[in-house]
Amino acid sequence: MSEDITSNSNSSNRYSVGIDLGTTHCVLSYLDLVEAAADSTVTPQLTVLPVSQLTLPGLIEEKYQLPSFIYMPHESELNEGDIALPWNDQPKHIVGCIARELGSKTPIRLVSSAKSWLCHGGIDRHADFLPAGSPEEVNKISPLAANVEYLDHLRSAWDHRFPDHPLVEQDVTITIPASFDPAARELTATAAKAVGFEHLTLLEEPQAAVYNWIYTCGDDWRNQVSLGDIILVVDIGGGTTDLSLVAVTEDDGNLTLNRVAVGDHILLGGDNMDLALAYKVKAKLAADGKELQPWQIQAITHACRDAKETLLLDNDIDEVPISVPSRGSKMLGNTLRTELTRDEVQQALVEGFFPLVDINDHPRAARRSALTQKGLPYAQDPAVSRHLAAFLSRQADAANDLNGTSSESDYDPADPLASSEGRFIKPTAVLFNGGVLKAPVLAERMLAIINQWLSTASAEPARLLADSDLDLGVASGASYYGYVKQGHGVRIRGGLASTYYVGIESAMPAVPGMEPPLEALCIAPFGMEEGTETSAGSAEFGLVVGEPVHFRFFGSNVRRHDAAGTQLDQWLDGELEELPELQATLPAEGRKVGEVVPVTLHSKVTEIGTLKLEAIAVNSTDSHGNPERWQIELEVRDQ
Amino acid sequence: MTIDLSAIPTTIDALHAALTVLSLLLFALLFLKRANNATATGSVDIPANVESAKPAAAVAPAPAPALRPAQLKETGPEAALQLLALLQQDARFIDFIQEDLSGFSDADIGAAARVVHEGSKKTLSTYFQLSPIRSEEEESRISLPAGFNAAETRLTGNVVGEAPFNGTLIHKGWRVTETRLPKISDGHDSSIVAPAEVEL
Repeated sequence: MSEDITSNSNSSNRYSVGIDLGTTHCVLSYLDLVEAAADSTVTPQLTVLPVSQLTLPGLIEEKYQLPSFIYMPHESELNEGDIALPWNDQPKHIVGCIARELGSKTPIRLVSSAKSWLCHGGIDRHADFLPAGSPEEVNKISPLAANVEYLDHLRSAWDHRFPDHPLVEQDVTITIPASFDPAARELTATAAKAVGFEHLTLLEEPQAAVYNWIYTCGDDWRNQVSLGDIILVVDIGGGTTDLSLVAVTEDDGNLTLNRVAVGDHILLGGDNMDLALAYKVKAKLAADGKELQPWQIQAITHACRDAKETLLLDNDIDEVPISVPSRGSKMLGNTLRTELTRDEVQQALVEGFFPLVDINDHPRAARRSALTQKGLPYAQDPAVSRHLAAFLSRQADAANDLNGTSSESDYDPADPLASSEGRFIKPTAVLFNGGVLKAPVLAERMLAIINQWLSTASAEPARLLADSDLDLGVASGASYYGYVKQGHGVRIRGGLASTYYVGIESAMPAVPGMEPPLEALCIAPFGMEEGTETSAGSAEFGLVVGEPVHFRFFGSNVRRHDAAGTQLDQWLDGELEELPELQATLPAEGRKVGEVVPVTLHSKVTEIGTLKLEAIAVNSTDSHGNPERWQIELEVRDQ
Repeated sequence: MTIDLSAIPTTIDALHAALTVLSLLLFALLFLKRANNATATGSVDIPANVESAKPAAAVAPAPAPALRPAQLKETGPEAALQLLALLQQDARFIDFIQEDLSGFSDADIGAAARVVHEGSKKTLSTYFQLSPIRSEEEESRISLPAGFNAAETRLTGNVVGEAPFNGTLIHKGWRVTETRLPKISDGHDSSIVAPAEVEL
């Protein structure tokens, strides 16, 4: 593709930088493009930046991960000298390890999961409300500003190390969940621009994991997969589970990769698992008549995290002691002691989160139930396997368009209802990512579940693609992507992961008790690539000058064939998912307030990877004689 | 034999002469080691010996070459205090050591010791890279060639004769190959190894 904004041989953007802007941790990896260009036969070196950060008041350490937390201290809580950073002796916000540490004892002042809030359409993500639900006097910050803080900390740490190559001038790729909706993608880009990044690209995390795998394999990746393969990427991080399907096709005799489907945004991850264990231990202690304080539960959660790692290894340790010391200086006689057994871990994690379920066993709760709820929409069903079963079933036809490699030979068009039960896309290879799947027992179970579905459907078992560091892989893959973009190695074809529609209310007389029927106009088709634009047909809308006009907005990750301009008057239940509404405001300049201007809709996928929607005036032009255009906002902000 | 520390020797007896020679030898050794850029752990023992020999050296008329004072390294308290703070934070080290163990059962002590052990282990592995000095099995016979590093390997027992020395490896030794202690910000008071905690 010719979208290289980087190919100008400006010495300032010497590095390709990948940033994993995670729910619980951020990681930055980089690749020296100049060094890589000097000898293209050598695999370029990826390095993870040790990020300087406060770990305790006054102590600065370098760590590969920057915990995505901000602490809002009380004015008399910390001495000025204790929060100095190498590049700033009076930072405005306290970010990283120290924030998590302080926040574990004072949760009302801790900002966490800011990334998940970015994808929460029910609230104004520019509004300062984090830490959510804390007393009024605690300083608040918006989800957007919190993400700016994490990026800015990484920028400062980088600039401190490479003063001659400021991060904002480098090629920066920031990873986002594949399930991020257009508004969340736009917000991530906005955060990055607020930090000042000049050469920015967004990349879906599961794709970054695939790039990392390709990097790790080198040229050998072509031997590990073959034409017709469908790679399932399962990424279970600290806070979210992200699913994608990548199909292997052929183009001019070369293997190519296509991201054909992405899953829903599932707020379910390793943190849930640690909590589940802690509550198990709590119940056990309660049975012995020991009541626990909240701080003890926190300490147990910590201890369980370590114990879990031991018990999930393939070894013969059957139990790990859990000791929780008193908070006071007297330890003896006050230390709570119990143990976590292999059976308990097996039950709570393996059976609780990865039950062996049928392919038709899907999560019970509604997918995106209420957009208006104030808390984060955590997954109601903790079973990762049910979410995966739902994803594979929903995407049964995802790869049908590619090279006719459909694995759906069992599909009987004469009787679609009978065979739709149990139809699912059959992955032939699996790639794992995220810290949770580092545990061999969980990775084995996940693969066993998938293979059980495959063998029931009499398909070949899927093979596990060799993986590397599951914690740092996404950032590494992203920095490698910056190199791939310059024309080295294979690039994953992706484009939009959903088809997008605006809702049109049909004109008909009002009938009491019945909503006016809704039609959906496709404005951006599935697979629309970066750097392209399209017009949504000739349907006209009236924009009222001077006041915000709202559009209902829908996405579908299963309807792949609707072209821009297609108007749907009916669709299957669950095919279209309502997203936060869009808003357009026409400035009143040169027009009468209240006047209605007819417009058509136009969409564009930017080089960065965000969706832009515009309203184009049908019969008015600007001073250059071009039709007037107005930006349609992907999110509605509180006025 | 009675020891009177206030007595000032008036003549040089055999013991004092021997001490003088020993102190000179140790000085020489110390400077040699400095030149070899000995590790901090290696040079710590030697100044201690030097100090014990000082009173003797002061009274003995120095034979040529002239005595030179040892360059003693001042180990600032910062790093030690920092390590204490880290051990307290992760392992409740100070709390545990400051406790009076009498009156507690081994089970109680064991429960607390687990916390200290797990935490200390984490601290050690986070901030230090440790490797054994000798890779051989303990209790196995090993041979030390002439010119072996006396800081790395200490001879004990029947120390006589010439190298190579053949003996039993009692302890494999430890060496810190990398130290990654956190940096301390300027205004930080390191003497506070654990702040008092008040819950509101």
